[in-house]
Amino acid sequence: MVQNATIDREMLLNRLDAAWINRKQIQDDAKQQAHINKLRRNITEQPVFYVGAGTCGLSAGADKTIKALRNYIHEQNINADVVEVGCIGLCSDEPLLEVQMPGRSRVMYRKVTADVVPQIAEDVLNEKIPIEHVLGQHRNDALQSYEVIPFIEEHPFFKQQTRWVLRNCGLIDPGSIEEYLADNGYHGLAKALHTMTPAEVCTAVEESGIRGRGGGGFPTGKKWRFALKADSDRKYMICNADEGDPGAFMDRAIIEGDPHRVLEGLIIAAYAIGASKGYIYIRAEYPLAIERLNKAIEQAKSYSILGENILDSGFDFDVIIKKGAGAFVCGEETALIHSIEGKRGMPRPRPPFPAVNGLFGKPTIINNVETLANIGSIIVNGNDWFASLGTDGSKGTKVFALSGKIERTGLVEVAMGLPIRDIVFDIGGGVADNKTFKAVQIGGPSGGCIPEQHLDIIIDYESLKSVGAMMGSGGMVIMDENTCMVDLAKFFMDFIQRESCGKCIPCREGTRQMLNTIELLTHGRKSESKNDALERFKSVMYLPRLAEVIQDTSLCGLGQSAPNPVMSTLNWFRQEYEEHIYERKCRAGVCAELLTYYIDTNKCTGCMLCARRCPTDAIVGEKKSPHYIINDKCIGCGTCVDVCRFDAVDVN
Amino acid sequence: MKQENRIGYIMEKFPDAQRENLIPILQEIQEKEGYLSRQTVADIGRYLNLPASKIYGVATFYNQFRFKPVGKYHIQVCRGTACHVKGSAAVLNTLQQELKIQPGQTTRDGLFSLEVLACIGACGLAPVIAVNGEFYAGVQTGQVRKILKEYRNQEK
Amino acid sequence: MISIEIDGREVKAEPGETILTALNREGVHVPTLCHMEGLLPSGACRICSVEVEGQDSLTPSCSYPVQDGMKIQTNSPKAVKARKTIIELLLANHPNDCLYCVRNGNCQLQDLAELYGIRERRYLAEPCKHKMDVSSPSIIRDQDKCILCGKCVRICEEIMGVSAIDFVKRGSQSVIAPAFEEGMNVSGCINCGQCVLACPTGALREKSHLKEVMDALQDPQRFVVVQHAPAISVTLAEEFGVKPGKDVEGAMISALRRLGFDRVFDTAFSADLTIIEEATELVQRIKQNERLPLLTSCSPGWIKFVEQTYPDFTQNLSTCKSPQQMLGAVLKHYYTQKEDIDINNVYSVAIMPCTAKKYEAQRPELSSHGIADVDAVLTTRELARLIRMYGIQFEGLPAGQPNIPFGRRSSAGKMFAVTGGVMEAALRTAHQMITGENSPEPEFKQVRGLKGIREAHIEIDGMTLGIAVANGIQNAQILLDQIRKGRDDLHFIEVMTCPGGCIAGGGQPFDTQPQNIHARLQALYDIDRRETVRTSHENKAVQQLYDEFLQQPLSKKSHELLHTTYSKRNVLL
Repeated sequence: MVQNATIDREMLLNRLDAAWINRKQIQDDAKQQAHINKLRRNITEQPVFYVGAGTCGLSAGADKTIKALRNYIHEQNINADVVEVGCIGLCSDEPLLEVQMPGRSRVMYRKVTADVVPQIAEDVLNEKIPIEHVLGQHRNDALQSYEVIPFIEEHPFFKQQTRWVLRNCGLIDPGSIEEYLADNGYHGLAKALHTMTPAEVCTAVEESGIRGRGGGGFPTGKKWRFALKADSDRKYMICNADEGDPGAFMDRAIIEGDPHRVLEGLIIAAYAIGASKGYIYIRAEYPLAIERLNKAIEQAKSYSILGENILDSGFDFDVIIKKGAGAFVCGEETALIHSIEGKRGMPRPRPPFPAVNGLFGKPTIINNVETLANIGSIIVNGNDWFASLGTDGSKGTKVFALSGKIERTGLVEVAMGLPIRDIVFDIGGGVADNKTFKAVQIGGPSGGCIPEQHLDIIIDYESLKSVGAMMGSGGMVIMDENTCMVDLAKFFMDFIQRESCGKCIPCREGTRQMLNTIELLTHGRKSESKNDALERFKSVMYLPRLAEVIQDTSLCGLGQSAPNPVMSTLNWFRQEYEEHIYERKCRAGVCAELLTYYIDTNKCTGCMLCARRCPTDAIVGEKKSPHYIINDKCIGCGTCVDVCRFDAVDVN
Repeated sequence: MKQENRIGYIMEKFPDAQRENLIPILQEIQEKEGYLSRQTVADIGRYLNLPASKIYGVATFYNQFRFKPVGKYHIQVCRGTACHVKGSAAVLNTLQQELKIQPGQTTRDGLFSLEVLACIGACGLAPVIAVNGEFYAGVQTGQVRKILKEYRNQEK
Repeated sequence: MISIEIDGREVKAEPGETILTALNREGVHVPTLCHMEGLLPSGACRICSVEVEGQDSLTPSCSYPVQDGMKIQTNSPKAVKARKTIIELLLANHPNDCLYCVRNGNCQLQDLAELYGIRERRYLAEPCKHKMDVSSPSIIRDQDKCILCGKCVRICEEIMGVSAIDFVKRGSQSVIAPAFEEGMNVSGCINCGQCVLACPTGALREKSHLKEVMDALQDPQRFVVVQHAPAISVTLAEEFGVKPGKDVEGAMISALRRLGFDRVFDTAFSADLTIIEEATELVQRIKQNERLPLLTSCSPGWIKFVEQTYPDFTQNLSTCKSPQQMLGAVLKHYYTQKEDIDINNVYSVAIMPCTAKKYEAQRPELSSHGIADVDAVLTTRELARLIRMYGIQFEGLPAGQPNIPFGRRSSAGKMFAVTGGVMEAALRTAHQMITGENSPEPEFKQVRGLKGIREAHIEIDGMTLGIAVANGIQNAQILLDQIRKGRDDLHFIEVMTCPGGCIAGGGQPFDTQPQNIHARLQALYDIDRRETVRTSHENKAVQQLYDEFLQQPLSKKSHELLHTTYSKRNVLL
């Protein structure tokens, strides 16, 4: 094994050299070709089981699946490999298992929980296909495909995707730098280091048209150039993996599935701006991603892809992982810098911009994970290749995290310019459980909701803004008729006022007041007295004015976009707000205090369970005779509905 | 002397520590000791030459840090958007009712503690809770009691 | 120079300066709450936002640099609406108790509310409630009134180098508090009160001794004696609308008499006494090669700071009590005997520019024979309030004369009010002690001014005296760190806790701006220049005190009443 590893290292590095120092077409000899094919798993000698073991897979039980699989292989004395790969993106079908029999194409199976592992394993090893679990097979010309199994790319979830950033996710072993290299990984880095000046790298990235994938959408190459021009003895390059948006998990999945891609982008960026030290600021809530990164860094060092004199180019660069300690606002650049410096993550006024005066007062560039994951391919394939995809202002692809009330949840990557409707209804399979679509929330707490009538809008930084949403980092949460938009606005305001750093007044006090206003709408009549109703109207009247001031005066992006969730729901779902305000009604049945619970006397058996469970003693009744809910006492918690075994509690 | 013993492992892992090491140090301590005690905060202050008020200010800024020990079973409830849309508020509510504690608190018997997380990042499987790091996906209110019972039974 | 346009008027501006600087120079007033001259902008309050042509949102003038051709509107409808909303938001989370507030009529938030005509409570979320921190002997922290502008935190950290308080928690939960939200009494707070001066509202204030003092004044049994610190007479007038830099000693003495104090003494007298004792101590330490450098001990914030942060230097502190305590001690244990007054009836009040003096007065180490030297301490602000409350028309009061003997002082003692003043007074007397005659030039210019650290090596009669003056506690830390690292050329260091000295103390009038401090400083130098008795040892009352009572410096009696020792103090730093 050890010897193999050394051979691999030599061979892989030689290919890099050949390609970018000697500028030759890679001419693999037969032996080398065999090695590469092995690493690319075009040739396998024994069955290989791939289990999607990202955080989402593990939560769905992939760890148990792996255990069961290993047990089975061990018990049956079978020679087979088990490979833990990242997430291919189809979360709703997890745990995902792929099996590659020697010489045959890889087949993906869905919902392979531990209990079905032995049966499936037995079937596939005996060349039977457990059809109810099959999702599809990967197309690979080097391997023989199955006739009866459809190809993965025809699966509606994958059909409209353009997988550039995610191309390796779920396919290669994220713990193996060799597999990444065999797939021409780090060739972008080699090309940049050996054939381009930092300024040329900046130009290439600038001309590709790529814009920051973390939220604002600032042109990446332009940002780099600021830092390149800044004169300083030391510069820093930071990868922002502090994916704080609730409802977004793209960065986690990219790092878990293909950590070297991110690292490659980071090193190229460092070269482009002249940074000698880098940080990856990643959420402590992502232990697996941190583990994978640590391993990737170690491997990169052993390949002298990181550290001193990278790939013999004379360029030095070191990376440190900093675990974020849990603060949404640290996604903001100056707050993130303060956090790395060991301070409270409070933003500071800009200018000066970090590109001129950032970490420890030195020029600093901060890029998001997905942005960096694009860089390697841009350098290898050229800026024109990248710019050929997308719209006028938004080039390339964008990864989205689909979740909420949708049939297929997961991670998808689509070309810029695809209509949102296609993502929701084709890729995502539409709303789950035959419910009606209400809205899709894009951009997390800074973004907004897009209603049905605007679903044909395309994925593009500007067009999303035109409907009050924003690209954000790429969370896409689907709501159906059972989602209350007032409640959703309340949820986001609550989040923001808790996550506000508290420094500037409009954000700290303003979001608190906005939350209070929304809360007033969801409070029932019974908790109101005197002028409360009047005050409720009044505060709603002031809402737009307050929102405008928060947007105009807040110190950082978090505050400036804080009113978006409220303003966008108010804009598109005014009707629902009005029902809450005038009719004291929540049509989705979510706002507990606006609901009336009553007991169907025909169904109630008088078991007394609900009366005992009721936290406010609002349910009265004798044993074995129908119960009754005292409305004034009821707080609408819904416990009675949950506990009733006879379906006797109804909600109005 | 005593102080060196208490945070000796920190001084070993972070020699010549600077302010930029503060958060990693606090994370390390919490990982090892479960929470940040007054004493350790004071010790770290002396080690880093930082006033305790600054350390406390930093520690209270971030969600991660606690100043009280957690329960034997630490329950984390994801309150991300996807989880919210799929009913995590009700799950949290049930947990609060069942355990009779608020997020950030520990039950009197020291068995359970409750924490709200902004987002675990497993949105595709919402709503998600984690008990001592073990995930439960697609949790509905009805399941909550069952899960708690499992852990309670382990104690008997 | 570049040119910008302010409200339609073209003006010149310096490249790189902020919009606010340009506005201020042009006499255009934009309100600020968090801005602090000389420190980096924090950008917290957003109330200074102005509209800049071509920018979508408003621009904070405190942090945004001017650019050539920039068109600024300071009072566009948008900017005014934003300011008004920000004030409304602050008021919405603020108690409605202006009438009961110590800052009523002197509060920046109240002023802004009035200025922008806020007439209703528009936003309805309940104000956050917090416990009041009354644990400190000097400072009361009322978090309910805090608008989180952060000035106190920045003063404490960036100016004082103490960092007793910081922001705690986040978002709308944010508060400002010491570590673990404990009381200020167990924190590293040194009671200097600079945070009180910086606070725009009533969130930080001194612990008032007014009631105790008024009760004592009303009690016919009580023999109420007042001493006033050297810094009071050059600042008190500002409280009554007089321009800074006017010395009103005579009027102040008259006012104190009218308030009903039985005796009016001058702390500058005991400053002279301190100089005799301290200079003797210095000469003795040098001769006997004892712990050097000697550190002055007049500033109680500094003392606490050494005890908790530099405990290895407690032996370097002069054992002399501060002038406030010395006067209290000789008042209670000498004057009472001399005048045949029952010591138990004496109530000793000190008017101080300082909140830490309140803390100092109650320190057990600083009492004599179990009796407190000083019973109550009023700040300059409290005295002004008392004068107003008693209906005394301050302007036009006849010049009163202080009582004898402790009303008599030299101008050297008066100089204790300003940074470098103690040093200058000490040098004048040390020269006499070493050479037997006064220095031909009484003014030691090397130690004057407001520079952070002023050092000199002075030759007196063949002996080289290494001296340093630390203006503010942060500069003292620099010196102590150097000494820890082995620096050994210094014999004597004067430290004043507050930058500028007592004329800029935490008990001074709220609107203490740099130009006020300059004017007060100049007033003191003017007094010194005019006076005939310019050295402490020439103070006749001090000489008399030694003749009649103390016998000689560092005598047994003086050790008993005028000296003390300090030791390490544990606080939750």
